[in-house]
Amino acid sequence: MQVPILKQGPFLIATIQSALTDADIVQLRDALVEQVGRYRSRGVIIDVTALDVMDSFATGTLQDVANMLRLRGAETVIVGIQPNVAFAMVHMGLTLDRVTTRLDLEEGLDHLNRAMKSAFQR
Amino acid sequence: MGLSELRVNSKPESESTSELLRELVAHLSSNRAILREEWIRRITTARLLQAMSKDEIFAEATSVYDSYVEALETRTLEAMQAYAGNLSERIIPRGVETNEVVGIVLLLRDVLARSLFSKYHSDTRLLNTVLDIYEPAANAIAITVAVGFVRERERIIRQQQEAIRELSTPVLQVRERLLILPIIGLIDSLRARQLTEQLLHGIRTNRAKVVVIDITGVAAMDATVANHLVLTVESARLLGAKAIVTGLSPEIAQTLVNIGVDLGKMNTAGDLQGGIEEAERMLGYKVEPMREPLPA
Repeated sequence: MQVPILKQGPFLIATIQSALTDADIVQLRDALVEQVGRYRSRGVIIDVTALDVMDSFATGTLQDVANMLRLRGAETVIVGIQPNVAFAMVHMGLTLDRVTTRLDLEEGLDHLNRAMKSAFQR
Repeated sequence: MGLSELRVNSKPESESTSELLRELVAHLSSNRAILREEWIRRITTARLLQAMSKDEIFAEATSVYDSYVEALETRTLEAMQAYAGNLSERIIPRGVETNEVVGIVLLLRDVLARSLFSKYHSDTRLLNTVLDIYEPAANAIAITVAVGFVRERERIIRQQQEAIRELSTPVLQVRERLLILPIIGLIDSLRARQLTEQLLHGIRTNRAKVVVIDITGVAAMDATVANHLVLTVESARLLGAKAIVTGLSPEIAQTLVNIGVDLGKMNTAGDLQGGIEEAERMLGYKVEPMREPLPA
C-alpha cells in the first residue's frame, strides 16, 4: 500500500496507515527524497503510529531516509512509535541513533517549527 | 455394578469390597461422636491449631470428619478438594501453618485406623482387607487436603506479590510534561520489565518530554538489569522523551561502566534535585523564590 505524502507549509508529512512491505518502504523513501527537492521542504515527518511492528529493514530504511534527507537539506522527525514497539526495537539494537523522534505529530511539528525559527535567527 | 452381576459365580471382589466399605462407613458414622471427641483430644494434646478457639476447632473438626467419611463413602475427592480449598481460605489468615493442617488430617487418619484395629482385632485377615480399602483412600484424602492448603497459600503469595509490584512502581507527574519514576528496592528482571512498560505508557498518556528516573533507593543491580535500564532510556528517546537517571550509587555506577554503557546516550545527575532542575531547564522552566523565605 502506498503511503500518502502531504505537503504542509514548508514540511512534508507521511502518515503510514497500515503494515508495509519492504517494497512499500523503499517506495516511500524514494518518493520522500524526490519530493523534498520538488517542494523545497525544510522538514519531513514520518508518522508510524499505526505500526505495531518495526523490523530491522524498516528501521534501517527510515535511518537511511533521515540521512538522505539531511543531505537534501531537510530534517526528518519520526513520530508515534508505540511504547511496546520502542522497547522491542531497542532490544534488537535498532535505536535510530541519529534520527529525531517525537511523541506524536503535534510534537513533531512543534520541533520542526522551533528548528526553523532558530535557523532564521542565526 | 452391571459388570459385577456378570461375575456372580466367581465371587466378585468389587462386591465384597463395596460391602466392606459400606460397613466401614457405617462404623465411622455410628461412632462419630466418640471418634470426633478422641480426635479433638489428640489435636489439643499435640498443641495443634492453637490460633483457634475450642468451639471453632469443634466446628471445623465436625465438618472435616463428615466430609472425610463422605469422601470414603463416595470414593470421590471433589467434595474434599472444594472443602479443603474453602477451609484453607478461612484458616490461613489466622496464621495456621502447613504442618498443623497436615498434622490434624494425619491424626484423624490414625484415630480412625485405631478404631478399625480394635473393631477387627480378632480377625487379622479381615482387618488386613479393611485396611487395604481404608489406607489408600485415607492417604488420598490427606494428600488432597495438604495440596489444597499449599495451593491456597501459593495463590495468596502470588496475589500479594502482584500487589507489592503494583504499589512499588509509581510514575508521577511533577510538572507539565515532566515525569518522575522513583525506584526503590531490589529490581529483578520481571520488575524491570514492568517498570519499563509503566514508564513508556506513562510517557504517552502524560505526553511527557522529560522523565527523571531516580534510583537512589536501589542499592545495587546486576548487569542484566543495568542493561535493561539503558534500554529503557533508549526506548524513552524513541517516544520523544529525554530520560535523566539520578541517584546512582557508586556500585551501580561501576556496573554501568563495566558493561560499557555509552554515556553519551544517557543523561545522569547526582541526585533527584539535580535531575529535576536539569529537567526544568530542558523544559524552559525557571524556578525562583517569590520572596525572602519566612523566618522559621
